[in-house]
Amino acid sequence: MMVWASFRHYAIGFFIGSFLGVTLGVLVALFPKVEASQAWLARVLRPIPPLAWIPFAIIWFGITETAAAFIISIGIFWINYFTAMAAVQAVDKDLIEVARAFGHRTFPALLKKVILPGAAPGILSGLRAGLGQGWMTVVAAELFGIEGIGQRMMEASGLLATDVVILYMFSIALLYGISDYIFVSVQNRILAWQR
Amino acid sequence: MAKVIETEDLAVSFGEGADHNIIFRHLNIAIEAGEFVTLVGVSGAGKSTLLRVIADLIPAYEGSVKIDTSQDAARRRISMVFQAANLMPWRKIGDNVGLGLEGIEISEQDCRERVQSTLNLVGLGEYGDRWPYQLSGGQRQRIGIARALAVDPDILLMDEPFGALDAITRTAMQDELLRIWSETQKSVLFVTHDIEEAVYLGDRVLLLGGRPAHITNEYKIDIDRKNRRESVEFMQKVDEVKAGLVDAMALSDGAA
Repeated sequence: MMVWASFRHYAIGFFIGSFLGVTLGVLVALFPKVEASQAWLARVLRPIPPLAWIPFAIIWFGITETAAAFIISIGIFWINYFTAMAAVQAVDKDLIEVARAFGHRTFPALLKKVILPGAAPGILSGLRAGLGQGWMTVVAAELFGIEGIGQRMMEASGLLATDVVILYMFSIALLYGISDYIFVSVQNRILAWQR
Repeated sequence: MAKVIETEDLAVSFGEGADHNIIFRHLNIAIEAGEFVTLVGVSGAGKSTLLRVIADLIPAYEGSVKIDTSQDAARRRISMVFQAANLMPWRKIGDNVGLGLEGIEISEQDCRERVQSTLNLVGLGEYGDRWPYQLSGGQRQRIGIARALAVDPDILLMDEPFGALDAITRTAMQDELLRIWSETQKSVLFVTHDIEEAVYLGDRVLLLGGRPAHITNEYKIDIDRKNRRESVEFMQKVDEVKAGLVDAMALSDGAA
């Protein structure tokens, strides 16, 4: 039950953080003017640790699972935002020219045929990094009374019950190991063209 | 004969204000249907740029390009072979060749057949299901040519397509290109910095030089295409073009 609860926080936070991070990262890379106008915002918000958002999460969402998912999504968001942005910026300009020379001149066509496939390896490695970052934040996200592994682990930690703490550590490691294994299998299928 | 490409006082420039730099100006060239024209020139004279203007990838600064070819919704009028093969690594070879067929009026069946017959034409019929990384540099360049031929264009623009290949592969590719050209009757505008290549391949060699650049010389190559490489006239023509290039370089430096 408790593991399932943590997994739920994690999954929701992962999907929201990844989705927003990749989407905004791609948009900012595509429209340099947008990047210039919000670069300062990213610089201000980026270094704030997810933990610091806890009081805001409580005020905005109450002591709810949504609040926990929100905390988890923050760290994941930033990883994906920056890797997606860099991945799109690094897309080979020559390939964009090739696509244009062969009649694909509209923005949606270029996005679909060159920019997204070209940025896919970078975006996927960002998603994978977020997969690990998310589990690290589960503990922080459950500090304020939300049921889950993180909360139990903090209780055991307060009692210096190292054996119990180690048990939870292994649980998290196992969950991460499984999710990373599945992710890498999918990633290898998508990127079969590499090597 | 009908002219398929005709430029009229064409000029191209880069940059703005103080950095404004006119690459070439008053450029008038015409290419006839079925003709193989090679373009050599001083580096920086805008050979590749000219191809890109004709392909409508870069806007002209002055003047215009007239393209007069058939209008057929199942083909493209112009296509291009690039210096690096520039295949999309995430597309299988067959899908790379079919890139230009997406978005034109052609059935899926015809599309597949067109891709296969073009792969056969460049001698890589078995490679449709492979990834680009599994091919050698020379094979990739052949796929770049197949991609350009698959859309059945009237005009083929080639930007130093063999520049990165070793001498043996390059010679083989030149002969292969001539074979394909004689089979398909395309009009070709071929950019190279290799004068022997230009004289070997071309019906005509254009020389681009000066600053801003323009066509400084034009050489008609009347040597029989059989045994052209071995003929005495071939070496004479090469020397003649080389001398012209030296003059063009002096012209470019003098104007700088």
